[in-house]
This record gives sequence, C-alpha cells and structure tokens, in this order.
Amino acid sequence: MTIEPAAEVLILEAAEPAERRVGLRGEGAILGTVSVAGFLLLWQTSVAMGWIAPLFVSSPARILVTGFGMFRDGSIYPDLAVSGEEFILGFGLAALAGIPLGILMGWYYRLNAVLDPFVNALYATPRIALMPLIIIWFGVDLSAKIAIIFLSSVFPVLVSTMTGVRTIDRDFIRVARSFGATDRQLFRTVALPSSVPNLLTGLRLGLGHALIGIVVGEMYGASAGIGFMMQTAGATFQTDKVMVGIALIAAAGMAMTRLLKALEKRFDAWRPDHHL
Amino acid sequence: MTEDVNQRNREKLRARGVRLDYWNERTRRRLEILAGIDLTVREGELVAIVGPSGCGKSTFLAAVDGLVKPNAGAIEVDGNPVIAPGHDRAMVFQQDCLFPWRTVLRNVSYGLELRGELSRHEIRKRAESLIELVGLTGFADSYPHELSGGMRQRVNIARALAPHPELLLLDEPFASLDAQTRDFMQLELLKILARTGTTALFVTHQIDEAVFLANRVAVFSARPARIKQIVEVDLPPQRSLEMKLWPRFRELQDEIWRSIYQETIHLTAAE
Ligand SMILES: Nc1ncnc2c1ncn2[C@@H]1O[C@H](COP(=O)(O)OP(=O)(O)OP(=O)(O)O)[C@@H](O)[C@H]1O
Ligand SMILES: [Mg+2]
Repeated sequence: MTIEPAAEVLILEAAEPAERRVGLRGEGAILGTVSVAGFLLLWQTSVAMGWIAPLFVSSPARILVTGFGMFRDGSIYPDLAVSGEEFILGFGLAALAGIPLGILMGWYYRLNAVLDPFVNALYATPRIALMPLIIIWFGVDLSAKIAIIFLSSVFPVLVSTMTGVRTIDRDFIRVARSFGATDRQLFRTVALPSSVPNLLTGLRLGLGHALIGIVVGEMYGASAGIGFMMQTAGATFQTDKVMVGIALIAAAGMAMTRLLKALEKRFDAWRPDHHL
Repeated sequence: MTEDVNQRNREKLRARGVRLDYWNERTRRRLEILAGIDLTVREGELVAIVGPSGCGKSTFLAAVDGLVKPNAGAIEVDGNPVIAPGHDRAMVFQQDCLFPWRTVLRNVSYGLELRGELSRHEIRKRAESLIELVGLTGFADSYPHELSGGMRQRVNIARALAPHPELLLLDEPFASLDAQTRDFMQLELLKILARTGTTALFVTHQIDEAVFLANRVAVFSARPARIKQIVEVDLPPQRSLEMKLWPRFRELQDEIWRSIYQETIHLTAAE
C-alpha cells in the first residue's frame, strides 16, 4: 500500500498574531489582577452588607475558610484522588488514542475516508447524551467515568492532530522529495514535526472537555470525587462547598491550560502559517 | 574554471527531446508545457535559463530533479537516466522553504540525514563547514525565522550543497532579494560553485543575473517551451561586478532581452 498524504488542504484556524500586545509591558496582567480583586471585593461586600444571601452566592471569605477547612481535616483528599485518577486515566487514554489515530487519519487518505463519518457524528453529538449508554455498558464505577472523560476529550485531540497532518505545506513535501525522502522519511521529518502545534492545540481543547467530563460523569451514581462532592453539597444547600469545588476545577483547568499554552508559544515561532 | 579540456568537455547533463504535458483536471484539457527540450550542460559549467513567465522553466528543472516525469525524451546525468530525485542532484527552490522547526545546522544536515550514510558526527562536521562556506558561522543554532531573507537563501543553498550534488538546480533563488544583496549573493554563489566544482542550472527572470553568472544562457520559447536560442557569454571566466557596466555585457543583455521579447509578443498575440 502506498502512503499518500490526504489530498485536500484545509485552512488552519488563524493563529493569534504575536504582536497584538499593545500598551505597557505587564499592563494586561495588572489590569486583570485589579479587575479580579475588585470583583472579589464587591462580592464580599455585597454579602457582608446583607445585600445578597450567602446561601445563594457564598462569599470569597467563606469559600476560603471552607476550602482550607476541607484540606485541613482531610475530607477533600479522597474526592481529589478519585477525580484525579479519573482525569489522568480518561484524558491520558484520550491523548494516547487521539494523537496516533489523528496522525494516521491525516496521513492515510483511505483510513480517513472510512473513519471520518464516525468521527464527525460522535464529535457533533453532545457527549452527555451518551451517559445513559455508558452506564449501561460500564455501570457506575471508575470505568464509566473514564469512558465519559475519554469520549469528551478524544475528539478535539484527534481532529486537531489530523488537521495538522493534513495541512502540511506542499512546498515542504517537495523539498523532502527533492532530497530523496522515502514515504516514511517524509512522515517522520515533515508530517510529524509540522503537526506539533496543532497537536498541542488539540490537547488544550481536549483538556477543557475532560474537565466537563469529570463533573458530568460524577453526577451519575458516583460515590466520591469533586463532582460528586459538589452534587451532594448542592443538594444540601452547602453553597460554600459547591464553590470550593468550582474553584478547584477552575484552578486545575487554568493551570493546565497555561502549561499547554506556554508549550504552544514555544512552537508558535516556527508555526508554518505564522512564519510565512 | 581552469580544468583541462577533457574535463570541460565532459557532459554532466544531457536532455534530449524532453516533452512534458500537464493534465488540467478543471478544464479537462491537456496542457503542453515542454515541447522537446534539448540541452547539454558540461561539467563545471553554469547554464542560465530565461524565458517568458509560465513557459515551463520550473517544470524543466523539476524534471531534471526527478520530481516530475517527462512524457517523452531522455534526461541523463553523468550518463545515468533520471527516474527519481537522487543524491547527484539538488534543488534550490524559489521560496527558501527552510524547515521552520529545524535550526540552521539541522536544515543544512537534512539531505545527509535522509541518506543515513554518515555518522551523526560527520554530518555535523560537513554541515558546519557548509555554514561557514556560505558565511553564516555563528548562526548554526538559529531558527530560520530569526534570519533575514538573504541569510535564509544562503542556508537554502547550503542545504542543497550539503550532500555534495554533482548538479545544482536553482529556481530563481535570488528573486526575492534586494538589489545589493542579490549582487553579493551572485558573487558568493560563483565562489562557492568554483570551490566545490559544482555544475549548475540556474533559472532566472533577471537578464543581467543570467549574463553575469552563466557560461551560456538558454532562452526558452513561450509555452510549449523549446530552446529558442543559446547565447554564449564570452566574458572572462572570473566575473566581477563592474563587468555589468561593460559594453559587451550590455550587448549580451540586449540580445537576450530581444529574444524573450519576441516570445512575449507571440504569447500575447496567441491569447
Ligand atoms: N502541477 C501543475 N498542474 C498543471 N499545470 C501546471 C502545474 N504546474 C505548472 N503548471 C502549468 O505549467 C506551466 C509552466 O509552469 P512553470 O512553473 O514551469 O513556469 P515557469 O516558466 O517556471 O514560470 P515562472 O517564470 O513564472 O516561474 C504554467 O502555465 C502552469 O500553469
Ligand atoms: Mg518558475
């Protein structure tokens, strides 16, 4: 079987222009910090002055106190451990399956033609709609959570990686061919490296979906986990604990997105469409 | 250019009756690009190709490189028929097309890496000496986006030269450079070719560039291309920039210009 790169050339999402930053260095960070601080202050004041009941919105101080309390008495750790395990396994499997499959689908035109309808259909289906099926197949234990997280995050990773492989610059292919590259060499020296930026973008998108998957998964018959903790706290009107859960998930998401963004930035400098 | 007569007469490239058609899927018509090219390039020679835009110069170069297959005719390099890209030839593309994810050193190493004959260390040494040859010492670890257009083009040339090709194919390599950089690069190229003893086929739109660099200038006709005329450049082999002001230089330029101009008229008349 001969290896032929998929024929169509998709148009990449425009990369953010690098030189869009205006104003003073660090000005954005300062403005951001000030606006967040202002918001927290307003929130705290509204509750302290009795304008809004803490039952509905909690308050920054109450969230902090509750959060620290949960860490101090250790009641949060089992939930963290369970959600962490689900996330690592679900998202890890998604990356492990999505990246190679995306690469293969980008490279082998025929494989792409065969699998594309399924990928498209599943990508378009809200993954939460699959939850009842997943429970029928996997029950309500860990494997069900892993399955929903996997299904939530695998498609962004797969599709983005595939797009990366399929949008290789034709000029690079010609250069490689001119140097006598075999199909395998073309794959290794051109297709793989030039799809790294897309791959990272896919991981970043997948990450967000994986976090949604945690919360959604734990809403159905879980017995531990951050999502479960929030669910039970919500049912008993412990707004502070719900907020702690939200804050934890938001923080985890932001930290990991940051990390991947930093990686993307490093590769952005040589991103083909950025460079030309 | 001081080889003995034997050397000078050895044929490096021999193209006979090279015909090439493209099938245009959209208009569902066959487009005749090359209508029988006969061209011989001797060892150590630089032959420039000029001709109207779209006449098939790049296509001919691609055929010599083995990237496209002619419909008829024969192309031989050192007596061996060209069937695919090979290590005896290397192409310098118009767009520098450097791999943005590779450093200068690793771009230059590319061809040698693919070949897998040399050790990592030997590849590195060879690449470093080429980087020095094109005057980019100290930039080995830079990425292409950190270089100027002229520097990138020099990396492009170094990358093509690294596998020690017998025949270097250059497709308007200096087209995107400013006039001063181009003058400089022309001199550099001649030096490099002389030092490495490489034969070259050089496509350009700049007639003065063709005359300045070449031993002979082949004028392509309008599409479908044939060789309309071959102009011997009877300037001293050791070229210098002030030759561009010599009357003989001007005469050669005029002769070539007129030749292309007639073709352009044919082209517009045909449309
Ligand atoms: N892949 C292709 N498929 C079909 N037609 C092509 C293809 N590549 C080039 N052509 C056609 O072949 C003709 C010759 O193209 P070529 O690039 O060889 O011209 P050129 O002489 O190098 O032109 P220029 O001086 O503008 O670079 C053009 O008319 C072009 O439309
Ligand atoms: Mg051309």
